[in-house]
Amino acid sequence: MNLSFTENRKQKTENPNIRLRIFLTGVGGQGTLLASRVLGEAALEAGFSPLVSETHGMAQRGGIVVSSVVLGEVKSPIISPGEADVLLGFEALEAFRALNYCHARSLVIANTAAIAPYPVATGQAQYPPVDRLMELLGEHVGGLLAFDAGERARAAGSALAVNMVLLGALAGTASLPFSQEDLLHILRTRTNPKFLEANLHAFQAGVDAAQESCNWVRRPASWH
Amino acid sequence: MSELLTGQPGERRLFLGNEAIVRGALEAGVALVSTYPGTPASEIGDRCYEISRQTDLYFEYSVNEKVALEVAAGAAASGWRSLCSMKHVGLNVAADTLMTLAYVGVKAGMVIISADDPSLFSSQNEQDNRFYAKMSGLPMLEPASPQEAKEMTLAAFALSEELQVPVLLRTTTRINHTRGAVTLGQLAPHPGPGSFTKEPFRKVMVPAVARLAHARLLEAQAKAAALAEISVFNKIYGQGTWGIVTSGVSADYVEDAVAELGLKDRVQVLKLGFTHPLPVNLILKFLAPLEKVLVVEELEPFLEESLRGIAQAQGLTMPIQGKGQALFSRLYEYHPALVRRVTARYFGLSDNAPEPLEPAQILGQPLPDRPPNLCPGCPHRAMYYSVKMALKNLDVEGVFPTDIGCYTLGLLPPLSMADFLICMGSSINTAAGISKATDRKVVAFIGDSTFFHSGLPGLANAVHQGHDFLLVILDNGTTAMTGSQPHPGVTLTPPGYQGRPIPIAGVIRGLGVESLWTVNPFKFKETLAATKEALSARGVRVLISQAPCHLYEQRIKGKKRIARFCVTDKCHDCRHCLDYFGCPAMQLSGKPEGGRMLIDPDVCSGCAFCVQWCEAIRPLKK
Repeated sequence: MNLSFTENRKQKTENPNIRLRIFLTGVGGQGTLLASRVLGEAALEAGFSPLVSETHGMAQRGGIVVSSVVLGEVKSPIISPGEADVLLGFEALEAFRALNYCHARSLVIANTAAIAPYPVATGQAQYPPVDRLMELLGEHVGGLLAFDAGERARAAGSALAVNMVLLGALAGTASLPFSQEDLLHILRTRTNPKFLEANLHAFQAGVDAAQESCNWVRRPASWH
Repeated sequence: MSELLTGQPGERRLFLGNEAIVRGALEAGVALVSTYPGTPASEIGDRCYEISRQTDLYFEYSVNEKVALEVAAGAAASGWRSLCSMKHVGLNVAADTLMTLAYVGVKAGMVIISADDPSLFSSQNEQDNRFYAKMSGLPMLEPASPQEAKEMTLAAFALSEELQVPVLLRTTTRINHTRGAVTLGQLAPHPGPGSFTKEPFRKVMVPAVARLAHARLLEAQAKAAALAEISVFNKIYGQGTWGIVTSGVSADYVEDAVAELGLKDRVQVLKLGFTHPLPVNLILKFLAPLEKVLVVEELEPFLEESLRGIAQAQGLTMPIQGKGQALFSRLYEYHPALVRRVTARYFGLSDNAPEPLEPAQILGQPLPDRPPNLCPGCPHRAMYYSVKMALKNLDVEGVFPTDIGCYTLGLLPPLSMADFLICMGSSINTAAGISKATDRKVVAFIGDSTFFHSGLPGLANAVHQGHDFLLVILDNGTTAMTGSQPHPGVTLTPPGYQGRPIPIAGVIRGLGVESLWTVNPFKFKETLAATKEALSARGVRVLISQAPCHLYEQRIKGKKRIARFCVTDKCHDCRHCLDYFGCPAMQLSGKPEGGRMLIDPDVCSGCAFCVQWCEAIRPLKK
């Protein structure tokens, strides 16, 4: 059963006309790099030649960590402002900050849970109300799925699995040129087996979140 | 087993540019790899360390880039293919070696990776190391993708062996840290023992030998130029009377811009991968029929100026432009839309892309920044706090030359413990100059890895000259910023690591320092007392702040947080913790005017430092 599935997956060929740019943003330690890598590996197995661009080094110490996954008819490894088709925001403020990477038809999946940046924690700056951030985000993009991914991750058994919840949500929107099963295959074969069970639960929680209409601040008119 | 050692030829893998370089070196039969870690090159060393424990590959984290380059040079002179990787500024440290190694040459292939960092993601400058190729006379290749990074590494070994000189592979952050599909080739076997042939009148660079060696280098350069003319890495595509010349990651942006602007029938693109020496005849053939030419390259006008020179020598007068107003900047990295916009403007086309949205404008207020910060439980913060308190107690204002590592983040408020930084090792020597020229109390900070990298000569100098400053060595037992690589002073080693540790205190005494204190920075009273004593003394004083990097200790020892702390009702809202310490776990809940301090239990590392100076902080009851 498993074997025949693998063979099927290998027979897929690259759709020559597609071009998809996914921008991921979050705070150091949230697992954005693993999420982008899983997307990249799944795309590779589906026959694409994806490019995954990562931030390493100094910014990882509590700062903003962004990464991107591009596939299809595109050679540039990074995404310019205004050109992300999908935005995965791992934290509410960072999702909003990355609005400049979106265009009018972008799909945004945002975690509404907030992580106070240091100036907010010390009272020098105010964290804007999350509801307001989501409302404004929704007004400027093609679709916005927003929910507390931290809560879903905790309920699934691992507070650290926000990245898996968001991946599941993205898979649940059916906006990728490969299947949910392709992503799950990568999780099963390429990620730490110690966390696999919690990760799979978190992924499913994300898939479910995408089906709950109350989480859609704005529904995309059509997708693709 | 390392994933870089597995897989069949022809198989496609998703590799980081850095991993593709390592795979290319393994397919070339590399026998020795040396490095000093530095972003964006660090993963090259880290993967090689892992591989060296599973194969016959010899790998070392050398003490600095000069040492690394010389170790690799010795191996290449002895018939082992060797690879030496470093970040761009590392090549400054190794530049003395590089310039004359070009004369000495190699026997087996030798590849030097220079990883440049346009936009300074994790660096102190954004110098363009392509000029090192020009200055040293060595051949240079520049990949535009992970696949090319692998192919070029393989080709660079062959080229180096053919020309008998090292070859530079120059990357930028976007190549090093991009994952892309890489097709595997065949891994090559280890070459077995090397051999060193005595040829002192070729290999010992005294003036009489070096005069001849310089001539040999020029001959090698001429051969390299001929090879550049036929290199598969220099490609022309498209047609028309406009031209674009580009290299590296910019070539990817150009390819997308040409497609998106629909220019395939109007513009010819010369994508250069073998960029020193340049293929002059190929360039002339390319330029001859063109009306105007745009040069797309990040940082300095390296290609642009060369192209103008080449065109001028042949009397070609078409405009060749790259940098300038309304064109490209010499600052920072480029991105696809920028290249498309400038390309459209240069050729008089319109780029209809809408202006990107502006989040702050949409919100109607600036977004709070999210600066990076030292981790909760970081020993550097604890030491900084004690120095701050000691200076406050003594009522003295200090000046703080600092150095390169995580602790450079001490720059940010509320710590504000960094006043002057140039490069690796500069803390000690600039402290000497500042203390000589002023009557200020100078406290220099340097990390343990940086101390071994380039602090030793400075400390010897300071002792010998009789300078007057306190040097605090922030010894967290590892090279934390780049991913916890070991160094000669390591106290906490990765599994299986064989390096013999050299205790820092012994080194310092050996260099003649008489006033030396060693503290555990998490013991506040002792640290404060020692710091006050050290501040009050004269001459060169050294205080070693010794406690392992919290993150690394967790990773290596599997150590878990044992206790956590909370703010009790005794808190009278003095905000001393926010004003002087700034641990990320400490937060002000509610509004700034009516807030209350709290410790986020999910962030608190349980280091138990704050509890020693704030009576309102107590262990969290379970």
